[in-house]
Amino acid sequence: MLLIECPWCGERDQTEFTCHGEAHIVRPKNPDELTDEQWGDYVFFRSNPKGLHKERWVHDHGCRRWFNVVRHTHTDIVYGSYKPGEPAPEVSEEALKGGKK
Amino acid sequence: MTQTNRLSSGGRVNRAKTVKFTFDGKTYEGFEGDTLSSALLANNVHLVGRSFKYHRPRGVLTAGSEEPNAIVQLGEGNRTEPNCRTPMVELYDGLKATAQNCWPSVNFDIGGINNKLSRFFPAGFYYKTFMWPKGMWEKYEHVIRASAGMGNAPSENDPDTYATKHVHCDVLVAGGGVSGLAAALTAGRTGARVILAEEHAEFGGQLLSDADATIDGKPAMEWVEATLAELRSMEEVTILPRTTVTAYYDHNFLSALERVTDHLGHGNGGDLPRQRFWQIRAKQVVLAQGAIERPMLFGDNDRPGVMLASAVRTYINRFGVLPGKNVVVFTNNDSAYATAIDAHKAGAKVTIVDIRENPAGAWVEKAKALSIQIHTNMAVIGTTGYRKVTGVDIMPLTADGKGVTGQSQRIDADIVAMSSGWNPMISLFSQGRGKLRYDEKLTSFVPDHCQWANISVGAGNGEFTLEGCLSQGLAAGSKAAQDAGFGDGVVPPTPAAPEDAQGDMRILWYIPSDRPLGRGRKHFHEFQNDSTVADIHLAEREGFVSVEHLKRYTTTGMGTDQGKTSNVNAIAIMSQIRDVKIPMVGTTTFRPPYTPLTFGAAAGHAVGELFLQKRKTAMHPTHEEMGAVYEDVGDWKRPRYFPKDGEDMHAAVQRECKQVRETVGMMDASTLGKIDIQGPDAAEFLNMIYTNAWLKLGVGKARYGLMCNEHGMVFDDGVTTRLGENHFHMTTTTGGAGRVANWLEEWLQTEWPEMKVYCTSVTEQWAVSSLNGPKSRELLAELTDIDLDPENFKFMEMREGHVAGVPARVYRISFTGEIAYEINVPHRYGKHVWDALIEAGKKYDLVLYGTESMHVLRAEKGFIIAGQDTDGSVTPMDLDMSWIVGKNKPDFLGRRSFARSDTSRPGRKQLVGILTEDPNVVLPEGAHVVETVKDRPPMDMLGHISSSYMSPNVGRSIAMGLIKDGFNRKGQTLSVPLMDGSVHKVTITDPIFFDKEGERTRG
Repeated sequence: MLLIECPWCGERDQTEFTCHGEAHIVRPKNPDELTDEQWGDYVFFRSNPKGLHKERWVHDHGCRRWFNVVRHTHTDIVYGSYKPGEPAPEVSEEALKGGKK
Repeated sequence: MTQTNRLSSGGRVNRAKTVKFTFDGKTYEGFEGDTLSSALLANNVHLVGRSFKYHRPRGVLTAGSEEPNAIVQLGEGNRTEPNCRTPMVELYDGLKATAQNCWPSVNFDIGGINNKLSRFFPAGFYYKTFMWPKGMWEKYEHVIRASAGMGNAPSENDPDTYATKHVHCDVLVAGGGVSGLAAALTAGRTGARVILAEEHAEFGGQLLSDADATIDGKPAMEWVEATLAELRSMEEVTILPRTTVTAYYDHNFLSALERVTDHLGHGNGGDLPRQRFWQIRAKQVVLAQGAIERPMLFGDNDRPGVMLASAVRTYINRFGVLPGKNVVVFTNNDSAYATAIDAHKAGAKVTIVDIRENPAGAWVEKAKALSIQIHTNMAVIGTTGYRKVTGVDIMPLTADGKGVTGQSQRIDADIVAMSSGWNPMISLFSQGRGKLRYDEKLTSFVPDHCQWANISVGAGNGEFTLEGCLSQGLAAGSKAAQDAGFGDGVVPPTPAAPEDAQGDMRILWYIPSDRPLGRGRKHFHEFQNDSTVADIHLAEREGFVSVEHLKRYTTTGMGTDQGKTSNVNAIAIMSQIRDVKIPMVGTTTFRPPYTPLTFGAAAGHAVGELFLQKRKTAMHPTHEEMGAVYEDVGDWKRPRYFPKDGEDMHAAVQRECKQVRETVGMMDASTLGKIDIQGPDAAEFLNMIYTNAWLKLGVGKARYGLMCNEHGMVFDDGVTTRLGENHFHMTTTTGGAGRVANWLEEWLQTEWPEMKVYCTSVTEQWAVSSLNGPKSRELLAELTDIDLDPENFKFMEMREGHVAGVPARVYRISFTGEIAYEINVPHRYGKHVWDALIEAGKKYDLVLYGTESMHVLRAEKGFIIAGQDTDGSVTPMDLDMSWIVGKNKPDFLGRRSFARSDTSRPGRKQLVGILTEDPNVVLPEGAHVVETVKDRPPMDMLGHISSSYMSPNVGRSIAMGLIKDGFNRKGQTLSVPLMDGSVHKVTITDPIFFDKEGERTRG
């Protein structure tokens, strides 16, 4: 079970949170001007990397706030959490290779 | 005569306290401190169970949790427990155990015929034989499972209590042997929070079985006692005996099972729980689980009396039990010589059979000095005896070790103590994503590296010297504490613990016999599932060479012991057959739990009433008095109907529905989701959330809205009322309340943080009595100061005032199509108002109704229930609700998707009314609607029935459904074939069956 750091509450068990998929999918400002394909890309398509993944989590059973997490999809190592609007933390090559947080 | 195998002195049992127990109905005596294994062996009981498949007699193999053979049914009635490993069962007065896998008794077992027929039962036999004809497996399976069973589950409820504990610690030490104790000591000294978990009742691990070991010149157990005493004095150290660390999950989350009172006997735990399930988040983990000895794979190596050499030594030194008088030690290494020497000292006649050509060194010399006979370069080719081993046949090995040659020789034996080396227990490390490395010298897998913070030490790390274990433990404890932020990492000097060095092993994974493999003799590598070396060969011949396939084909490692004694041997045999190196075969994935868990421990407190919380409304006590029958909606207990005079549901619902439209009915609508929305951008926000327009809604006015996701699909609906310029009261479906609240927060927090809108769930703040029916206005007028004149208080409006003397918000909204008022009062007044309305309602012939009648009444009006008439693939247009989609709104959630080619195409499934030809037939919801009926499925499906009821007000059955191109099919006749073979003709209609013009609502 993952240990997730809520930017407001601190480290908590995964059971307090739910994950809502890839982060930084911005809702288009001009939906009507988009082709079906462009709109479909926004609604349906998500990246599925083996590696670092920025994803949205919400602290449902806590402060109920949304935030972002950088997680490695293969190792499940979490490299950091950040609030909406904040930049994602840098993950060094060394951290990735070392495997440890 | 009792305890014939008990030595006159020695062991850690309390000889002053005799303990009586029964095995298979016969009473025996043991001592306090015995395990069921040691007590049975003390009484010379070797036949403990029958094997799973061939029903061969089996006895105690090990002295630990890896035991594959000696598994018994413990206790009786509601406390009976199957598959208890006798070495892990501590003896208590009155213990009752019975053998498993045998009938009528362990001594005479009918199933033993399987052994005689074993040529016809190779690996994969059941699947090959009973999969034909197709579909029959399900029938055979019951019979096969019954005859194969692994003990019996209790048929009554478990009367015991179980506890769950969630803890954080700095250092978790798994294993209380010398390495683990050393690690806990140095970690504990830094002040770190340390948990030390040991599977057995006593700490010390291997030292408990070693009478000769010394540390710092004193008996090693004195060091153990001193270390425990120091640990006990440390405030931040938690010492958990009888606790198995069962799982290692991501981010250093581990679970452990503490058997709190099992050793006192079933039901003797007093106020303590039977077991406690620990869920531990550890900053650092020290894995000190030790190692497990490997069996030798020789012919008929499964006879009762054939044991692991280290187990024999444990029974002698720890329990004062010499399991037999004639001990043959069969080994490929020096560690078993310690067993030979201890058995000799305990008075047994000991013979060593060593497959090595020229074993030499201190251990061999010690054995020779005691005049113990040593046969070198010899193989045990088979055993004699059936219910108990009576002897072994030995033969010289050929130079390459692949065969035997020369004369065979028989040696009398009642115990065969075997050892083919040791396997570090890497299960937890591997569960925790640790990568393994094959150690050529050890011929086993050892921990290599892991992404999580852990350190493996001692025998579990491939270190088998006492000094080495001490040194690794002390260093690991220090390091783990330092990494967790405690101490300076300085390691104290390792105390002296001199031992005689051990020589090299000779590896022969398969011990050849005088007959070809698979003929006459069985070489078991996996005892619990009766899997033999010949089965591995068969698996390879049939193409199951991958280790994962091998496991499933031969069932190696799939028993309750998870193959702790068998895995490496099986992998090694496969590597020989394939002529590849062992690491090329690889290991199967180790999965939790390490040892079996009781369901009780997994469930903990969450049983019975505590399994799921029940949400009850303020009016619940009155519902109880009124004899309500409940329906679970989410966690809510909602009245489903209120039966009178023994009515069934159908009769009650017909009466309730009719009366609502004739006089007045009342329903508890408190469970509807309610969200208070405030802020200067609240109207703008709702405009984006709902499909219709909200900016111009007047204060005090209510509006019905649909919510769509960005796919354009309806996911919830409800009425929202404008309480003030910047203040709205939203209602949602009962089940969707949480989902909608999260949805609103998601958009506010992640997409539109600049919007000034604040949402608060107020579902439980308001109790709601919903009055419906032509007399509702008259009834409410009796109790309120609000002006109910329809000219002043119109449909879809809200008024504040008092009802039954308490402050109330009254919403004139309707889910029945009648004149209706939803009376919202603060929760604490809910029952008062509800009761007052019942009292005042008597003269208006008020009827209470529940969710079932609510469903019928709304269906009569063609009102949808989101989640019943929609399924996540339905747009507002599919519901024929284009009127609620704001054509002039520039944007709202889901809008753009309405124009997608698939969403806008003709012929989508659309919501329509469905009337059966026979008005008395109520179709089951979910039934399929087809155009052409065929003899059997598949038939082209046009759609399904989503709602279906008998309507007393329409006077016939009514239904709604989602039908392809439904709007264009109105008037068409289609068919509904049911599971029972009947076919019903139906006509597609408009979904509004009652008061099409809606005059009653506005009246």
